Amino acid sequence: MASISAEKLYKVFGRRPQRGVDALESGATRADLRKQGLTPAVIDASFDVKDGEIFVVMGLSGSGKSTLIRMVNGLLEPTSGTVSIDGDDVTRLTGEKLRRVRREKVSMVFQHFALLPHRTVGENAAYALEISGTNRAEREKRADRALEMVGLGGWGGSLPGELSGGMRQRVGLARALASGTDIMLMDEAFSALDPLIRRDMQDQLIELQHELGKTILFITHDLNEAMRLGDRIAMMRDGRIEQVGSAEEILNNPVNNYVAEFVQDVDRTRVLTAANVMEPPVAVLGTEQGPQTAHKLMREHQTTVLPVVRRDRTLAGLVHERDVATAVRDGGEMRVVPAEQVGVVRTGDHLVDLFGHATEHSLLVVLDEQDKVAGVIPRVTLLAALRSDPTSTSDTDQPTTTDAQLQPAGGAA
Amino acid sequence: MSENDSIVPRIPVGEWGDSALDWINDNFEWLLDFLATVLDFLVSTLTDALVTVPALVLVVVFALVGLLVRSWELAVGTVITFLLIIAMDQWVTAMQTLALVLIATLVAILVAVPIGILAARNERVSAVVRPVLDFMQTMPAFVYLIPAVVFFGIGVVPGIFATVIFALPPGVRLTELGIRGVDSETVEAGQAFGATPGQILRGIQLPLATPTIMAGVNQVIMLSLSMAVIAGIAGADGLGKEVVASISTLDGPQGIEAGLSVVIIAIYLDRVTAALGRPGDYPHSGLSMLRRRRAAGGGGSDAAQDEADERVEGGADQGRGLAQVGS
Ligand SMILES: Nc1ncnc2c1ncn2[C@@H]1O[C@H](COP(=O)(O)OP(=O)(O)O)[C@@H](O)[C@H]1O
Ligand SMILES: [Mg+2]
Repeated sequence: MASISAEKLYKVFGRRPQRGVDALESGATRADLRKQGLTPAVIDASFDVKDGEIFVVMGLSGSGKSTLIRMVNGLLEPTSGTVSIDGDDVTRLTGEKLRRVRREKVSMVFQHFALLPHRTVGENAAYALEISGTNRAEREKRADRALEMVGLGGWGGSLPGELSGGMRQRVGLARALASGTDIMLMDEAFSALDPLIRRDMQDQLIELQHELGKTILFITHDLNEAMRLGDRIAMMRDGRIEQVGSAEEILNNPVNNYVAEFVQDVDRTRVLTAANVMEPPVAVLGTEQGPQTAHKLMREHQTTVLPVVRRDRTLAGLVHERDVATAVRDGGEMRVVPAEQVGVVRTGDHLVDLFGHATEHSLLVVLDEQDKVAGVIPRVTLLAALRSDPTSTSDTDQPTTTDAQLQPAGGAA
Repeated sequence: MSENDSIVPRIPVGEWGDSALDWINDNFEWLLDFLATVLDFLVSTLTDALVTVPALVLVVVFALVGLLVRSWELAVGTVITFLLIIAMDQWVTAMQTLALVLIATLVAILVAVPIGILAARNERVSAVVRPVLDFMQTMPAFVYLIPAVVFFGIGVVPGIFATVIFALPPGVRLTELGIRGVDSETVEAGQAFGATPGQILRGIQLPLATPTIMAGVNQVIMLSLSMAVIAGIAGADGLGKEVVASISTLDGPQGIEAGLSVVIIAIYLDRVTAALGRPGDYPHSGLSMLRRRRAAGGGGSDAAQDEADERVEGGADQGRGLAQVGS
C-alpha cells in the first residue's frame, strides 16, 4: 500500500490560480501563464511512494521540488489535486487536524537544518516531542536515542552553533527520527554539506532506512545523490514529473531526450549492478556432460568458455575451449577449472567493483543470493555496458544480447 | 488670518480635533482617571525608591549592572559619570527623570510589542499600522502635549503620556521587522512538526527576534530621554523641568548641568540595553563569564565535553555515526 500518494497535483502561484490550472489543462504552456502573472510551480504531478522506500525527486533549481514536497505535509495547499497519506486525504486539512498529521505521521528535514540556535542539541532533537506534549523524561530518552542513532551521543548539551555543518544536519535528522513518524520528508537535506560529509550522510541514511524501515521522500538537485539513494526516482522539469523509475530504468530507458541528456554524465559503474548487465546463462554445461557436449555448445554459442553447473544450479567450475579441444582429440578427461578459481560476482555488485575480476577472467559468473548461477558477464559485455548513450547502441555493428536486455524498449527516444 | 480673499472655505480641522479630545475626556473619564492613578503610582513609587537609597550605593549598583551585561570599562565609566551627576547637584532630578523614562519605556513596550506581533502576522494590520506610525513619528513632539494636558492636566502623567506616544513607533516597527526577519525555514520547521501558531511565536519567533526587538527597546529608551525636556514643560519633575526653568530664568549653568546629566543617563541606558540585545557580542561581560563557568562546572557535562572532543578528533563526520548505526 502506498504511504504517500499524489494525484494530479497542481500548484500555481499568483492571483486566482485556478484559472492557471484550467489553462494548463487545456494545453497552455508555462510561458502563457507567465504572461498572465501566474507561476506554475508544479504541474499535473502524480506519484506513489511505497511503504519503506526512499523515493527521490530530482530536478534542477526552480523545477518545483520544494513546492511539491511542501504540499505533502500541508505547508502549501495545492491549487488542485490531492495528496493522501496512508489512504487519508490530507490536502484540505486545516488547524488541529493538519497539526496532528504532522506530529504523528510526517516529519521533515531541512536544507539549512532549521535548528533553534538558542536551544541545546538535545532540546532541538526533542522539539517534535515537546510540541506533541510528551513528558520531559520520555522525550529526553527518545531524543538521546535518536542522537545516538545518528552518531551524536554525548552532544546533547552543546549548542548547535558549536557544531559543524554535517553534525548540525545530523541533529536535524535526529529531530525527525525522535518524532517517531513513519514518513520523513527531506528537502535538499544534504545539499548544503561538503561532498565528503555528504557521502557519509547518504550512507548513513541508507543504513537508517534499512534498520528502521522509514518511508522517505527525498529531494535533491544532484543526480548522483538521487541514483545513490533512490529506490525510485522522479525526474522533474519545469514543474512536471517527466519520468518515474529505478536508477537503472532511468539510465537505460530514458523516456525523452531531456532525461537522456541529463543522465549521460552519470557514473554508470556506480549505479548499474551485475544483474543489470549480465546475460542469461543459456550456454552452461551440466556436471555429468562430457567434452563432446561442451564442444557442441561452444560452437553453437560462439563462446570459448562454459560454466559448469550442478543439478541445483550451483557453480561447479568452468571449462576452456582449449581443454575441451584437447579432451575431444585425445579422448581423455576434460580439465575443469574448479569453482574457487572462477571469477565469481554477486547480482547486487556495482560494475565499478567488477573491473578487478574482469582483468583476470574473461568471463564473470554471476551468483544470486542462493549461490545459484544467475548469469554470466563476458568482458566485452562489461565494457559495452559503459557506453553512456544507450539510444545509439542498437545502431552499432555488434548488437549483443546484453544490449537488447539493457533496453527492452529498443532504444526508444 | 484673512477670510475674505480666498475661494477655499475655511475648514475648522483644529476645532474638530479639539472637540474630539473633549469628547474623549468626557466619555472616558473613568479610563483616563484609572490610567492617571496607575501611572502616577508607578512613577512616584519608583522615584521614591531611587531617591531613598543612598546615592553612592545606587552608583555602585548601576556600575555592577554595567559590568554584568557588558564590560568593566562600562562599569568604570558609569562610576565616574554618575559621580559627576552627584557633584553637579542633579542626583534627585536625574532619578526622577530616570523613573519617568523607565516607566514610559515599560508602557511603550507593553503596547508596542503586541502591536508589532499582530502587524508581523497579519498584512492588513501591518497596512493600517504603518501610516499611523509614520504620522506619529512626523508629528512634532510638542503637539503631543495638547492631548496630554487636556486629558491629564499638569504633572508627571501627561509627561509620560506624551513620551509614550512619541517613543512608541520604533518599538512597533522593530518588533514587526524582527519577527518577519526570522528565518522562514526555521518557522517552517515549527509548522512541519505540528506546532501551533502560539508555540511558534513563543518558541521560535520571539526568541529569534529578540536582538531586533531589543534594538527597538533601545530606540524607545533613547526617544523617551529625548522627551525629557518636553515632559518638563508638561510639569513632570526631573531634569527637563530644570532645563525649562533655566530658560525662563536665564540660568545658563543650571541648564547646562541638567542637559549634561540627560546625556550621561542616555549613554548609560544605551550601552546597557544594546548589550542586553546581543549578549554574544560581549564575551567578557559578567553574565557570559558566569554562564561559561557553569557550563564548565558539573562533572557530567565535563565528561560529555571530553567525549565530544575525542569524537571530533576521531572524525565524527567521517562516518563514525555510520559505524555505530550499522552495528
Ligand atoms: N511563494 C511563492 N510565490 C511565487 N512563486 C513561487 C513561490 N514559491 C516558489 N515559487 C516559484 O515556483 C517555482 C518552483 O520553486 P521551488 O519549488 O522552490 O523549486 P525548487 O525547490 O525545485 O528549486 C519557481 O519558479 C519559484 O520562483
Ligand atoms: Mg528547493
